[in-house]
Parts: sequence; C-alpha cells; structure tokens
Amino acid sequence: MKTLKLATALFASVALPTVALATELEVTHWWTSGGEAAAVAELAKAFDASGDKWIDGAIAGGGSTARPIMISRITGGDPMGATQFNHGQQALELVEAGLMLDLTDVAEAEGWKEKVFPPSLLDACTVDGKIYCAPVNIHSPEWLWLSNKAYADAGIPVPANWNEFVASAPALEAAGKIPLALGNQAWQSNLAFGAMTVAVAGLDVWKKVNIDKDMDVAAGPEIAAVFAAAADARKLAAKSTVQDWNQATNLVITGEAGGQIMGDWAQGEFQVAGQVAGTDYTCLPGLGLNAYLSTGGDAFYFPKLDDPEKEAAQKRLAAQLVSPAVQVAFNLKKGSLPIRGDVDLAAANDCMKKGLEILASGNVVPSGDQLWSPDVVKQNEDLMVEFWKSDMTAADAQAKWVENLKSGM
Amino acid sequence: MADLSATMTGPRGAKPRRVLSGRNIMVYGTLIVVSLYYILPLWVMVMTSLKGMPEIRLGNIFAPPVEVTFQPWVKAWSEACTGLNCDGLSRGFWNSVQILIPSVVLSIIVASVNGYALVNWRFKGSDVFFTILIFGSFIPYQVMLYPIVILLREMGIYGTLWGLVLVHTIFGMPILTLLFRNYFSSLPEELFKAARVDGAGFWGIYFQIMLPMSLPIFVVAIILQVTGIWNDFLFGVVYTKPDLYPMTVQLNNIVNSVQGVKEYNVNMAATLLTGLVPLIVYFVSGKLFVRGIAAGAVKG
Amino acid sequence: MAQAKHPGRLLRNLNAKIAAVPMVLTTLVVFLGGTIWTVVYSFTNSKLLPRTNFVGFDQYERLWDSSRWIVSIQNLLVFGVLSLVFTIVMGFVLAVLMDQKIRFEDTFRTIMLYPFALSFIVTGLVWQWILNPEFGIESIVRSWGWESFAFDPLNNPEVVLYGLLIAGLWQGTGFVMCIMLAGLRGIDEDIWKAARVDGIPTWKTYVLIIIPMMRPVFITTLVLVASGIIKLYDLVVAQTSGGPGNASQVPAMYVYDYMFQAQNLGQGFAASTMMLLSVLIVLIPWAYLEFGGKKHG
Repeated sequence: MKTLKLATALFASVALPTVALATELEVTHWWTSGGEAAAVAELAKAFDASGDKWIDGAIAGGGSTARPIMISRITGGDPMGATQFNHGQQALELVEAGLMLDLTDVAEAEGWKEKVFPPSLLDACTVDGKIYCAPVNIHSPEWLWLSNKAYADAGIPVPANWNEFVASAPALEAAGKIPLALGNQAWQSNLAFGAMTVAVAGLDVWKKVNIDKDMDVAAGPEIAAVFAAAADARKLAAKSTVQDWNQATNLVITGEAGGQIMGDWAQGEFQVAGQVAGTDYTCLPGLGLNAYLSTGGDAFYFPKLDDPEKEAAQKRLAAQLVSPAVQVAFNLKKGSLPIRGDVDLAAANDCMKKGLEILASGNVVPSGDQLWSPDVVKQNEDLMVEFWKSDMTAADAQAKWVENLKSGM
Repeated sequence: MADLSATMTGPRGAKPRRVLSGRNIMVYGTLIVVSLYYILPLWVMVMTSLKGMPEIRLGNIFAPPVEVTFQPWVKAWSEACTGLNCDGLSRGFWNSVQILIPSVVLSIIVASVNGYALVNWRFKGSDVFFTILIFGSFIPYQVMLYPIVILLREMGIYGTLWGLVLVHTIFGMPILTLLFRNYFSSLPEELFKAARVDGAGFWGIYFQIMLPMSLPIFVVAIILQVTGIWNDFLFGVVYTKPDLYPMTVQLNNIVNSVQGVKEYNVNMAATLLTGLVPLIVYFVSGKLFVRGIAAGAVKG
Repeated sequence: MAQAKHPGRLLRNLNAKIAAVPMVLTTLVVFLGGTIWTVVYSFTNSKLLPRTNFVGFDQYERLWDSSRWIVSIQNLLVFGVLSLVFTIVMGFVLAVLMDQKIRFEDTFRTIMLYPFALSFIVTGLVWQWILNPEFGIESIVRSWGWESFAFDPLNNPEVVLYGLLIAGLWQGTGFVMCIMLAGLRGIDEDIWKAARVDGIPTWKTYVLIIIPMMRPVFITTLVLVASGIIKLYDLVVAQTSGGPGNASQVPAMYVYDYMFQAQNLGQGFAASTMMLLSVLIVLIPWAYLEFGGKKHG
C-alpha cells in the first residue's frame, strides 16, 4: 500500500511538469445551444485529454454576431488560438492577408486529401494550394420536414415529395393548418429557395448556374420554373408568422403546420420533443424529388500566433479535429454528418442515415457558401425575404437574382 | 386664483382642492392608464420568469403562474451555459462592475469638464468642436468598430480594460457634454464672474462653485451612463478578452441563443437580473433626480 | 474680467486648454478622423478588410439601386418623425401632469422610468410577445368574447412600424419625461406668479412662456431622441428582424449586415456615409442657428 502511495506521489511529482507545460488555446465559436455545446464539449475533452487546455470562447447569436468579433480580434492584433468559420469564403481575406496559420504539413501527415469526403470540403480550405482550415462537419439544408400528425388530422397520406406536398396543401388548409412553416428571418427564405432550386430544376441546371456561373441559364426558363414554384409556395407560408427557425419547426412538431424546409439541424428539435422519425415526422432529403444534398458546414481556422509552443498546439488540435474518434463523438452530438467516409455512425437515427447514404452515393454538391461570396449570399437573402413575404412577381425576382449573382463575378 | 404660497421647491401646478374634482380624475386617470402601458411588459416578464416551460407553452402570457418556481432565476444566475462554461450570469457580474465604475467615473469627469469649459472658458473654435461632438452622437456604433480597433491597436491597449473604458468615454462624451453644457449655461453667470474677480482659477471654480451646484445633472449623467454601459454588449465583447467579458455576453447567450429550445422563463429571469443594477440606480437616484433639481441652485 | 497684464492669466488659460484636450482629441481623431476614414473607404471595393482599391461611385450606385436600402430610408423617415413627435409630446404632457402636485409622484416616475434601464434587445423581445396574436393582446381580447378582434401589427407590412413605435416609446418616453420634469421644476416660480397675476390661462402659460423658456431642455431631448433614432438597430433586430419581408428594415441594419454578414465593407461604408450626410444636413442649420448670430460672453 505504502509503495503504491509513494509511487503515486512520485508519479504525480513527475507528471506535474507536464501538466504545467499544457498549452492553453482559446477557441472561439458560436455553438451555444444545448446540442451544440455538448458537441463542443467532445472537442474540448479530446484536446484536454491529450495534455493541452481548451479555453472556451463561445459567443452566442450565431455567425453574424460572432464573426465581427472574431475578425476584429484577429485584425486588432489579439487573436485567439482557433476559431470557427463556415467553409468557404468567409475567412478568405484573412488568409490572403497572411493572418492565418498554414496547416498543409498537418494535412499531409494526416492524409486529409485521401480521407476528407466530399473533397470539396478541403478545397474550400485551400488557398493557392495550401490548406488553412480543418473541416469538422457537414450540414445540408435541402430537407423537407413533415408532420405526420398534421396529415392524419387532415385525413390524407403524408406526401412523398415536394409536388405531392403542394397538391396536399388545400386539404391541410381546410383542416385549419398552415401548409408550410417559414420563419421571418431572411436566411430562411433563401434556404428554402436554394433547396427548391436543386429539387425542382435538377442538378445539371444547378451546376450550370452555381459552378459554371452561366448567367444565361440563371435567367432561363428552368430557373423561371423554380421562381414560379416559389411564388406558389409563398402562398402556402402566408399564415406562418414566427421569427426563428426553431419556432417554425415547433409548428411542425405540434402539427399546426404541414411541413418546413430546413436544414438537417432541425432534427435536433424533433429529438428534443421526443418524436421518432417515420412515425411522428417524416424527412425528405432533396425535398423528395432529387436526392442531392449540398455540403456546407463548419471549419476551424487558426490565426498566426508568435509562439512556437502555441503553434504546435494549434497543429495538434487541427489534426485531432479531423481524427475519426473526434469526428464520431462530435457529429453524433451535433446531429451533423462527419467529414470523412471511413467512420462508423451506427448510432445515427433514420434521417441521419438517409443523409449518410446520399453522401456515400456521391450525390453531393458544394454549398452556396463555398461558391458565392458572402456579399452575394446576403443580397439574395434580402431578395428572397422580400419575395416570400410580398407579391413581387417571379419575373422581377429572377431578374434581380441574376443581377445579384453577377455582382459576385 | 390658485394658491400662491407654494414653496420654491414644490411642483408648479395649481394645488388640488377636492379629491374627486374633474381635474384630479383627468390627471390621475391619464397617469394610471399610461402606467398600465409601462407596467404591462414588466408584469409579463416577472410572471413568465416564475413559470415552468410547460405552463408557458400552454397558458397566456398575462396570467400569473399556477405553480411558482424560482428555478429560472437560479438557472439564469448560476447554471445557464455559454458554450462550455455553465455558471450563468454570475460569471460576468464582477467584470461588468469592473468595467462600469471606471467608465462611468471617467466619462462623467471628462464630459463635465468639457461642458464647463464650453460654457465658461470659451476658446477659439470651441463651437466647432462642440458641433462635431454632437455630430458624433449620431454616428452608428457599428460604423466606428474598425477605426476604433485600429486606434486601440496603435495605442497598444487593444483587449485591455482601459481600452474599453476609453471607448465608453469617447462614445458617452457627445450626449454628456451636451447635458453639462446646457446645465452650466443655465447657472447664473454672475457667480462665475464674481469668482473670477476673487482670483479663482479654472479648477478652483470648477471644484468650489460648479461641482457643488451640479448634483442634479450628475444624477442624470449617471443614469444615462450606468444604463448605457451596463447594457452594452458590442463594445464589451469586441474590445476586451474573454476573461473580461461583461454580463451582457452571458445575457446575449441566454436570450439570443439561435438554436435549440428557447427557455423564455430563463430569458426573462436573466433579463431582470441583468437589469437590476440600473434599476437600483434609478430607484436610489430617482428622488435625488427631481428633488435635486427642484431644490437645486438653478435659481441662484 | 481680469485682463492680459496679469501673468496668472496664461496659467489659467493653460489649465482650460489642458482640460479641453480630451474633447479636442476625441472630436478630431475619433469622430472627424473616423468619419473621413469611412468616407474614403466608401469609394473602395473593400470586402472583409479595408483596402485602398478605389472604384469611384460604384458602391453608391449599388446602394441606391437596392430596394432594401430605399425601404430602410423611408422607414427611418416615417419612424423618425412619429417617434420624435410622440416622444417629445408624450414626455412633455406626462411631465406637466406629474407637476400638478400629485400624490405618489415617486411611484409614477419610477414606473415610467424603469423601461429605460432595460436594453433594446429585451424591449423588442417582450413587445414581440405582447403583440403576438397567438398569445398576446389579440388572444386575450378574443378570450373576453370579442371574437373578431384583430391586432397583429408585427406581421402586417403596412403597420409594422407602429408595432416598433409602441415598443420604442415604451422604452424611451420615461426618461424624456424626467428631463422635461426637471426642466419644468427649473422654471422660476416668479414666472408662474406673474402669469397668474396677469390672468393668463395655465395652458397658455405653458405654450407661450414655459416651452420657450425650456428651449435648452428641448434641444437636449431632440438630440438624445434623434441620435437614438438614427442608430436604431437592436430593437428592430429583436422585435421583427426587419420583417415581414423587408418592411421594417432600417439603415443601421443595412450598414451592419453589409459590413459584417456580407463582408462588403465598401458597401457598408457607403451606406453609413449617406447616413452621416443626412445627419449633417440637419445639424448644420442647427449649428448655424445656435452659434451663428449670437455673441457669447
């Protein structure tokens, strides 16, 4: 017994210096809801377990509140150790200004190029052939969430795709339901339109507009059909008066609304409400028409710090974020999809599995955040929120939309 | 005619004669109706903060709680999470105090001296500076975010408490200077001239004559600054480090949490808790506010 | 006044000058410097970081081509005028009522003043609830038996500004009332005596004598209220997010959204330059009136 105690004491005295050497890294992010915080805790746990120290710098209010703060601190010369951004162009200028740490050596040592799937996620981190961010998850916005209860109340079967959903709307209205729940905030209108573009116009058209940036197609009849469909859809959402997306989801949960177009994060709300996919609610990726998902998500960037010790810790953290164990633990809590195809998510629920299947089959497209500048995205949000909440004609909206896209080229 | 024996310090209107005169009904009726408008939201906030979530989902927002619970208050103060730190508003309370005191003191000193100088020690171009200052009060804070980052970086105080105190002093200056200027200009000039004849200097007059006569306007300034600085979120979070983040960062997290279920009861409890400091300042200073002015040296 | 031959004068003036240094620095470096900086960069195509890549008036052309900006300006005008008029009239009338030797003055004052202690975020949130048709005023009135009662200002683009106004007035009028009350109490008792002796009716005394005497108070209030209106941001974000559609957008939101969400600093600076320009248009005549003709001692 004594020897054991002695050994422990000895070990402690030996171990102490290593504890003291633990490098502290402040990590800023805007994940503050219950599920999100639990997911971040997994990241912190893994980082602390490897001997470093995660100092949490959460800022609530979403990216639009948090990003100015992060950017100010980086440009103000008081940067954090690591910070969340969405994949794509949000941090591009900070990288170009030489304020961000080059992670290429980490990426090569860890074989990110072979493992990160879909590869577009890593492309979004790459500037001039160098890698500047560690992707952590995939979120796809193209989901239609349906309330089984609302349809049971109306006495009609749950639709299997967007077209059936539109056809079922009169019956829902007759039963006193709001057919389509839609929050008032601008990004939600834009998300709904984006989801409808892939679903209604199909993948080829989508690619021509967003990847090849073919403005003739954007002004053409296929997209006009999407605007016409959206003009119909806005009538279905006319009675929806909530603000936040989760309030809209709540209308679906309680059966007051038939459905909502929202990203895969909505399933967290259904889970919290104790609902089961298939029996209480139905999820239709790609709105049930074209099972394609766009793959946006979150990534961590590491500002340059004049401290070799911290830099080493930053690289350790980067490697860890992409590692299989952290990916599984983090994404199960977050309800998002992992950024590598070689991990096992047996614990995922039905909707998540549907997403994984689509991902595995390769039916993925990059997200708008990666293809268009935040400026274009914002202009489209402004346009869409006006279009969905007014009687603006489809033709006018399309013309303005094309103009917005052109401003980003 | 109305009673002329009203004291100098009392209200000015005619003295009420009968309790149920038409005039009284009009005055009190209006005030009570208006008070309902002001009280209604507080009622909603307090009632909501004492309900459990299930009751909030079912009931109407004006109804008192069927089952009173203080859990939302406990949660808001000591349990609500900001990211991984689950110690609620208590985390930022002392930081807020630490920010509030030097910011209020410094901004009021600077602004009162400004107002004094503008009224009694006019220098060439002082009107121009004052006009620019008023112009400054109209500049949206968001616009100045980047220039101030650059300024603080160059001064080497970015991310420090003093950087934030400076920012609050700068943005408090226009309105406060206006208040002090107007107040000092309402003081009789003879006082100042007499002191000058007696040989008193700039600071001598300020401390011996101006300050003792300025309690009411200091109360107004304190009310404005305590409210503004205590409720500030943007500057606190942009210009300091996480270990200095004010309470509003946690409040913002609790109220503004975009994802997940909104706990309205905790929101309201957090709101009321955060508002307590300015509210207490109001309750304490409210009497001073009007009495000070009524008894004030205004008439000289 | 003591004149130049006295050596102490230099020292005294020195003190006054030293005392003015913070103000001079703030006005020149922060307000003037920051404004010039903003104007200069509004002619660039700066995105996330300020860059000196000049593009002429491109940002302004785009700005005035944006329907959201136009709506924001219109909203600010309507909201601004209504808010200014209502705040000042309500503030003054309440102050007059409070000045009638009433009982419970402290209570009434506290009730009217407390909303000022709460942030706009909270104000917006609470009024969003109260005006919500599902569980706010509408549902209450309906539950009293008036089934057809409709009151849903926040979801009607035509009247959403009035919904914001209700909340804005709630937050701000109490403070204005206090300032007005302080102003009323600052009026010399002799004025009232003289007015009564002359047999001037009370309301006429207020309008013709008291209000003109309270000019500095009104100017202070005007600046306080107007600068708050121009900067209006948090309340709208919390209460309506600028909706429904773009119906309750305001310029400060446009500035913030384009600077930070859209990461288009140039566009945000162009919008803020327009805001500052409009402030100048109002302020310059005021400054002229205030300082132009008069001679100060």
